[in-house]
Formats: sequence, C-alpha cells, structure tokens
Amino acid sequence: MEFTELLLNAIVAGILLGGFFAALSIGLSICFGLLDTVNIAHPTIIVGAAFCTFLLNDLLGIDPILAGLILTPVFFILGLAIYSMYYQFFEKQSAEALRGLAFFFGLLFIAEVLMIMAFGVDHRLVSAPYIGNSFTTALAGMEFSIPYRLLAAFVVASAMTVGLQVYLSKSFFGRATSAVHQDGMALSLMGVDPVMVKRIAFALGLATCGLAGALMIIVIPIEPAVGRFFIGNVFAIVVLGGLGSISGTLVAAFILGIAESVVSTFFGPSWAPAVSFAILLGVLAFKPTGLFGSGDTR
Amino acid sequence: MRFKFEIGCVLVLLACFIFTQADINRFYYFAGFAILQYVMISTAWNILGGYGGYINFGTAGFLGVGSYAAIALIEFYGAGIIEQIVAAGIIAGFLGLAIGFFTLRLKGVYFAIATLALAIVLETIVNNWDYVGGAAGVSILPPRKPELLGILIVDRKGDGIFQNNKEYLFFLMAVMAVMSVWIARTIEFGKLGRGLNAIKDNEEAAECMGVPTLKLKLVATVISGALMGMAGAIFPSYVTYVDPPTAFNLELAVNSLAMPMIGGTFTWIGPVVGSILLGTVQQVAIVTISSEINLLIIGVLLIFFVTVAPQGIVGWFMKKNK
Repeated sequence: MEFTELLLNAIVAGILLGGFFAALSIGLSICFGLLDTVNIAHPTIIVGAAFCTFLLNDLLGIDPILAGLILTPVFFILGLAIYSMYYQFFEKQSAEALRGLAFFFGLLFIAEVLMIMAFGVDHRLVSAPYIGNSFTTALAGMEFSIPYRLLAAFVVASAMTVGLQVYLSKSFFGRATSAVHQDGMALSLMGVDPVMVKRIAFALGLATCGLAGALMIIVIPIEPAVGRFFIGNVFAIVVLGGLGSISGTLVAAFILGIAESVVSTFFGPSWAPAVSFAILLGVLAFKPTGLFGSGDTR
Repeated sequence: MRFKFEIGCVLVLLACFIFTQADINRFYYFAGFAILQYVMISTAWNILGGYGGYINFGTAGFLGVGSYAAIALIEFYGAGIIEQIVAAGIIAGFLGLAIGFFTLRLKGVYFAIATLALAIVLETIVNNWDYVGGAAGVSILPPRKPELLGILIVDRKGDGIFQNNKEYLFFLMAVMAVMSVWIARTIEFGKLGRGLNAIKDNEEAAECMGVPTLKLKLVATVISGALMGMAGAIFPSYVTYVDPPTAFNLELAVNSLAMPMIGGTFTWIGPVVGSILLGTVQQVAIVTISSEINLLIIGVLLIFFVTVAPQGIVGWFMKKNK
C-alpha cells in the first residue's frame, strides 16, 4: 500500500478508535473533571462491565450492545454505593485527597483479583453479527477497510457521549453539576444539596461504564488486567481535554485515537501505550489546564 | 543513650549474618529476602508518600528500571552486584527527577496518575527491547566465585564467607534494608522531613513560610526512586530469571502502598512494622492458601486501613499509650 493510503486508513481507523476512547473516558471526565473524585479504578470497572457483557452474551445470547444498555442502570446503582462510601470516609471528614486515591487504587486491585479468580487470565470474546467482518470501499483510487466492530462501537459511543454532553449542558441537573464544580457552597445556599448532586453525577459517570464495557469487549478481546493499559489513555484524554470540559474530552479522545492509530500503523502496535503517556506528560508539563480547561491545577 | 538506633541496626545485621550461617531450610531465606525487600521498598515509598503526602503508584516502574539496569549491565560487561546496585540507584534516581520535574509542580493527583502510567510505559519499552530479553524474559547466571575487594565471598567448599550465593544476596539485602531505614529516619528528623511534613499539611502555607517546596519534593522523589531502583537491582541475581510481567508487577505497587498505610505513614517505624507483618502474612498465605487469596487480603486490608484507621497500627498504639 502506498504511504498516503496507509496514512488515510490509519486516520479513519483513528477517528473510529477516538469514538471508542470517548466512551471510555467520558465517565471519568465527569468524576475527575467535574467532581474532583480521582477514580483511577474507572478502566477496571469498565472491564468488569465487559465481563458482565460476556456472561450475558455467552449464557443468554443477548446482543452485546443490548447487554450494555441492560448493565447501565446496574452500574448507576454501583456508582451510588461507591460514592456514598467515598463521601462517608473521605469527603465528609475533609481527609487528604490522596487518601481517596489510595482507596480507589485498592478498589482497582480488588476488582482485578476478583475477576482473575472468577474468569482466569484467558482472553474472552463475544459473538455478534457485526464482529469479524470489514466494510471495504474504494475512494479516489484508494482502498479503505473499516472493521464493522469499530464502526458499531463508534456509532454507539457517539450516541452516548453526545447525548450525555447535551444533557449536561442543557438540563437543570447538568448545570447543577457544573455549579458543584465551580462552587459547592454557593450551590447549597441556593437550596440545592451539593452532596446529592455529586452522588447522582458520580453514579452517572459510572453508569457510562456499563455501555463502555460492552463496547470494549466488542472492540478488543479482554482479560482482567486489560484495564490497566487504559489508565494512561483515559487520563491523558481527560487531562488533554481540560478538567471540567466534557466537549474538550470528546475532542481529546479523537486526537488520541488518531495519534495512537498512526503510531500503531507505522511503528507497530506494541508502541501504542507510549503515545498516551507522552501526551499526558507533555500536557502536564506545558499546558496543565488542557485544551479547554479552566480549573486550577495547583 | 545517643546511638541507640545505630546500635540496633548493627544488632539486626549481626542477627541476619548469623541467620545466613545457620543450616536451615532454604525457604526461610527466600521468605526473609522477600520481607527485607519489602522493608526497603515501603520505606523508600514512605519518604515521599508518608512524609510528603505525594502518592507514588509507579513503584513497579522504579523497581523494574532497577532490575533492567542491572540486567543490561550484566549483558554489557558482566558487572558485579555492587556495581549493578549503584548504577540502578543512579538511573532510578534520574527517572524520579524526570517525572518529578514534569509533574510535581501540579496537584498531587497528577503526580500519582503519571507514576501509574509510567510503570506501563516502561514495561512497553522493555517488551520492545531485545537486548535485555524483550517480552520473552532473560536468564541470569550468577558468577561462581564472586570477590569483593580481594576477599572471596561465596564458595561452596567453605573457603568464602558464605556457602551459597543466595545467602550472600540475603545479607546484602539486609544491609540495604537497614541502610534505607536509617536514611528514612535521618530524613524524618532533619530539615527535609520537616519541610515535607509542612508540604503535606498545607503546601501553600509552607511555600509562604519560605519552604522551597518544589526542591524538597524533587529531592524526596530522587531519594525514594533511587532506593527503589537499588531494591530492584538485586532482584534479577536472586531469582535468576526475569521477564517484564514479573519485573513490573502491579502487586509491588500495591504492597509498597499498603505496607506503610497499614503500619503508619508518619514515622519510619510504620513501614517497617507494616512490611514485616504483611510480608509474613503473605509468605504464609502464598504457601498455605493461594496467591490470589493473598492478593485479595492485601487489597481488603489496604481499603480497611485507608478508610477506618488512617493512622495505621503504629498510630493506633501511640494513641492507646497516651
């Protein structure tokens, strides 16, 4: 294949991958960017949802995307539970933020060990009609090949992230969440309970894990430790997009998707994890507020 | 007595030396080595994490860098163990400086996230680096008769100080562990420790009072990273086979965090107590139950202590004695 053809193919795949990344990181963007709860267990919880999808698909034959939709309310409730615990032990006592980080790290580790005990370390896949085939087309003398699985993930991820973005920017609850981010005290003076808003927003962030997990197992085969490899990705995206900016997260997801796809095409897929890390370090060093962020970073 | 602590250190080393000369089951050396290594790692972690309040999730990265620096030196010219340890300490120290330079000017969470991602990136690099074995791993042959300053150290017939290479490495590990506890204690009672404590309590206020916060944080990161690198350097020679998943194991990161948290992060004895307790429990659990249950125990204990008893065991006892 010619260079331009290869490059264009990589960019198209990167855009699709970017949609998938957006689905992975939008929940974290809410939890970390808007609520300041640094949920480093986020990718591992997504893997947990992916295993639930696997079970629903394998045992009951449910379509993975439908399974993701079924899981979303389950993860919403899980989010309510986790936030209640987090609030009880850390925010209420205004403990050091870093202790909360250790809490989420412990959560990550426990979830991973439990998954290893339940599923072993084999790679798992789901079956659906759109998995395994590619859509091929010729355009301007160049051949494009798009796997349907990426396309399906892209469509669902776009619907979810755009829907969430519109909801958070237009609805009363969304604006209340932004208000909590800016000044929780002022919000409570307006007669809104900031803890309640935070609890629901955090649960909303975790609810995205349900669908994101389904997309993950559609896009790649999963095993319990795979979540770790996405920690760099999701945090690079949220930080690059700017804390507190959901639309910034979406833009950053596409930038990272394209960058990773181009690097995998030209240097080999084993170098892909280095891309997100380089972007993360670069942003932290030169523009810690990210592309669209406004918060303070000190 | 003025040198109570120093005398204690010497006594501990003497006990370890006698232990190497005793003829007992090899498993005890192995378990003891693991516990001593954890004493060193958690003490190193605590210099930045406990005194300064900056959480390092990248312990596995620093240890892995130390291990692979040692392997590269062995491949390059068959370096001795002391050279490996010193070189690994320097390289891991520079790694700490680099990552600290990029992220320590920001909120603590950014440092934590960057270190978490660091371990994964380093693993990627080593996976792609065939000179040190790549993804397949590498085997190390320890030298048959290592000498130090002209003295024969290991000889099976009994002419050297130790009969077996493992006994020698066990003693070396004990020396390094005691050294790092001494360093941590010196830091704690010195200017650096007080500065770090001020940073932990309120960084802005500390800066306003003239504490050079960035400088102190960088120094602490470099010392902590260098000690972790040194602890990692001895690992390949001891286990004689290393591959990236073992060298960059997440378990190391969890342990290095959980042990000080369980023991108590505010003083030097906390990580020591935590690592001896948890290390022993782990060695027993691995043998008697299973390694997955063992990992689960660490995770649950970590969450328990972080949420319910943030002062750790040492803090708990101190409160009781008041």
